[in-house]
Amino acid sequence: MLESILLTIATASTPLLIAAIGELVVERSGVLNLGVEGMMLMGAVIGFGVALTTGNPWLGVLAGIVAGAAFSILFAFLALTLATNQVATGLALTLLGVGASGMIGEAFVGQPGVKLTPIYIPGLTDLPFGRLLFGQDPMFYISLVLVAGVSWFLFRTRAGLTLRSVGDSHTSAHALGIKVIRIRYAAVAFGGACAGLAGAQMSLVYTSQWIENMTAGRGWIALALVVFASWRPTRVLLGAYLFGAITIAQLHVQALSPNDIAVGAGPLWFLSEGGRWLLSVLKSVPAQFLSALPYLATVVVLVLISRNRRLTLINTPACLGRPFVPDR
Amino acid sequence: MGIELAGGPAKEPGLLLDVRGLTKVFGSLIACNHVDLQIAKGEIHALLGENGAGKSTLVKMLFGTLAPNAGEILWNGKQVRIGSPGEARRLGIGMVFQHFSLFEALTAAENIALSLDSTTPISAIAAKAKELSQSYGLPLDPGSLVGDLSVGERQRIEIIRCLLQEPDLIILDEPTSVLTPQEADKLFETLERLRGEGKSILYISHRLEEVQRICDRATVLRHGKVVAHCNPRQETAGSLARMMVGGDVHEVHREHPDHVEGAPLIEIRNLSQAPKGPFSMPLKDISLTVRAGEVVGIAGVAGNGQGEFFDAVSGEAVQADPATVRIRSIDAGTLGITGRRLLGAGFVPEERLGHGAVPGMKLSDNMLLARHRSDAKAFLGGGALGFIRRDAIEATTKRVVEEMDVRKSAEDPEASALSGGNLQKFIIGRELDRKPSVLVVNQPTWGVDAGAAARIRQALIDLTRSGSAVIVISQDLDELFEIADRIAVMAHGEMSQTIPIQGATREKIGLLMGGADTGAH
Repeated sequence: MLESILLTIATASTPLLIAAIGELVVERSGVLNLGVEGMMLMGAVIGFGVALTTGNPWLGVLAGIVAGAAFSILFAFLALTLATNQVATGLALTLLGVGASGMIGEAFVGQPGVKLTPIYIPGLTDLPFGRLLFGQDPMFYISLVLVAGVSWFLFRTRAGLTLRSVGDSHTSAHALGIKVIRIRYAAVAFGGACAGLAGAQMSLVYTSQWIENMTAGRGWIALALVVFASWRPTRVLLGAYLFGAITIAQLHVQALSPNDIAVGAGPLWFLSEGGRWLLSVLKSVPAQFLSALPYLATVVVLVLISRNRRLTLINTPACLGRPFVPDR
Repeated sequence: MGIELAGGPAKEPGLLLDVRGLTKVFGSLIACNHVDLQIAKGEIHALLGENGAGKSTLVKMLFGTLAPNAGEILWNGKQVRIGSPGEARRLGIGMVFQHFSLFEALTAAENIALSLDSTTPISAIAAKAKELSQSYGLPLDPGSLVGDLSVGERQRIEIIRCLLQEPDLIILDEPTSVLTPQEADKLFETLERLRGEGKSILYISHRLEEVQRICDRATVLRHGKVVAHCNPRQETAGSLARMMVGGDVHEVHREHPDHVEGAPLIEIRNLSQAPKGPFSMPLKDISLTVRAGEVVGIAGVAGNGQGEFFDAVSGEAVQADPATVRIRSIDAGTLGITGRRLLGAGFVPEERLGHGAVPGMKLSDNMLLARHRSDAKAFLGGGALGFIRRDAIEATTKRVVEEMDVRKSAEDPEASALSGGNLQKFIIGRELDRKPSVLVVNQPTWGVDAGAAARIRQALIDLTRSGSAVIVISQDLDELFEIADRIAVMAHGEMSQTIPIQGATREKIGLLMGGADTGAH
């Protein structure tokens, strides 16, 4: 049972992680794109639709990525080329994404989707806890590769340094001849692609069906994670999994009855008396509180690890959300 | 007077850069109007002009960040088009910026790496930078975060970054405006050494004695046009100033009384404050009393706590102990800005746009915004309802505009539409109009043209004559020597004892600015 709980946690955390790591790159370049939720929904519905019509989930994933990136270019054109207010433009993108995905997806509601199957490596996957390491869906591995890749890119490559410099001071970067707008376009497109991928994960792995507004605020959580993680990839990883873990744990707690504990299913509850007591305490608090717990706990933990104001300020992109208009 | 206006420039041998008829138009403003500029190999060439004369525009075109509308640039005799800073660097043009070209959250080495096109690893760049900095006697720690460094140290990074590109022409934009006199001397040594190595330098400044000291030739700009090519050593400071301004500069006259016996109007006692952020200075046990009828100048290199000091005195940063700041013998340390203004103090912050005035608001709205609390009786009507009395506000705005000779294009323009000097005159006038008994001004004439600066300084002196106390925080030593009765120096968040102007020398102040001896008398 523990293994299956951990597997659900990974599946629940993956879309948050993918969307947040993309947004982290966007914000490191000095752009605030609040359209993550909208881009995720576009990725989810297009990914689902392409997978359904072609029968190939991988084509669906690809379509989700392309849809997210294309949708984000709309934002980039408005916010970067036309230098509109980034907050307003991002909000508009989310509203547009919610509406457009609902319209596109009307025909898909209730249709059985195509599921991206977990990998299976004979021998390894069959080991105890083997499914956790060697038997998950491909998106899980992609998300981890993304975190490692982004971390390496930002802090170990010249291109990453350039991207961070644009986020720190676009006037200085421009004076040095760095193509500020071009770099920001690339960052926004990457963020859009990640959001699209995260959406596709939800409609092809997490639920494997299309439900209107199915991301249910995960885009906003991803945005908050980036800020609370002080724009550091490893902390985004931590935050996403913390959020995922508590979400799943509280669902299990809400579903459990004292009988389940008496049956003694799984190693978590081997002390049935202690388990009963803990459950009774948790059951005594309102369910709404349990539902809010993932949000609360994630905020508290990330705030606690961001106590060093100096480090936080150094990692904060100083130009975040400020439009850049070069003089010609 | 050795003025020779440029006719058609003949082809001269040994010219590194030959600019002909360069023109840049912004809307209806001609920022550069057929500018000619010749720089020979191995010379230090001065580009002189007031703020707004077109110096920065010209330099931006040479460095590729602005595209000219007309004219040509010849580099080593060949016509070139400089489309980007990268192209300028490849030609061999390097630039040391006055502001805004370093990244505070990155290390010195990372900052340097960003302007190099190569793919050399950062560790190698750091080693090279260190080596070069040692050979030029410009100490530098490649691993330090730029945000933690002093302005002088930041400039060294810019210079090293520029030298690493091995340029033939180095453009320095107002390099000494942020340096102590000693640091400036060090810079001049470096420049002379570079000239000895055959490099050319374009030196932009409005400080005439510097130009006379190190420059071989000078080009003077006024209102976007070249008004003279000359040898600055054959000119006097006065003749150079006349070329820049196009007339005589009004000089401020001030006789300093031996000692002032007025009542203490503002007292700061043992002001200490922890740093407010990663790039901010602490304040360490600052005490200062300013009496009626005197101007106290606060000198210091930018970023040594002057901003934090201003915030603590103005009430932007409220103190825990009410007795830390006393205005007219009333404890005001815990009061905010409005409370302190109501006690008769006035404050002019450093940043004109965004701090001293809201750029997108009209002058009259800015007037209301600044004074609706402290002058509620005059500006608001209808009792508790607080209706805005536009007539009163507009009359006050008009009075300030006339009093301070603010030149504007419309009846009531937005603050951002005014030139820096005119906006500064308006902001200072807005405070003076209240006849404050205490006025604290931060960088009153930074980036302001000579005429407006003289007007502002005269207004400050007139205010003290009428019995007020004035604190002027400035990086400009000339300004302080001109108007202050006593000078104190801030370094690393500490303030020296005040020095009466009669006993103050540039050397003494300069040493204190470098933090040599903050306890000196």
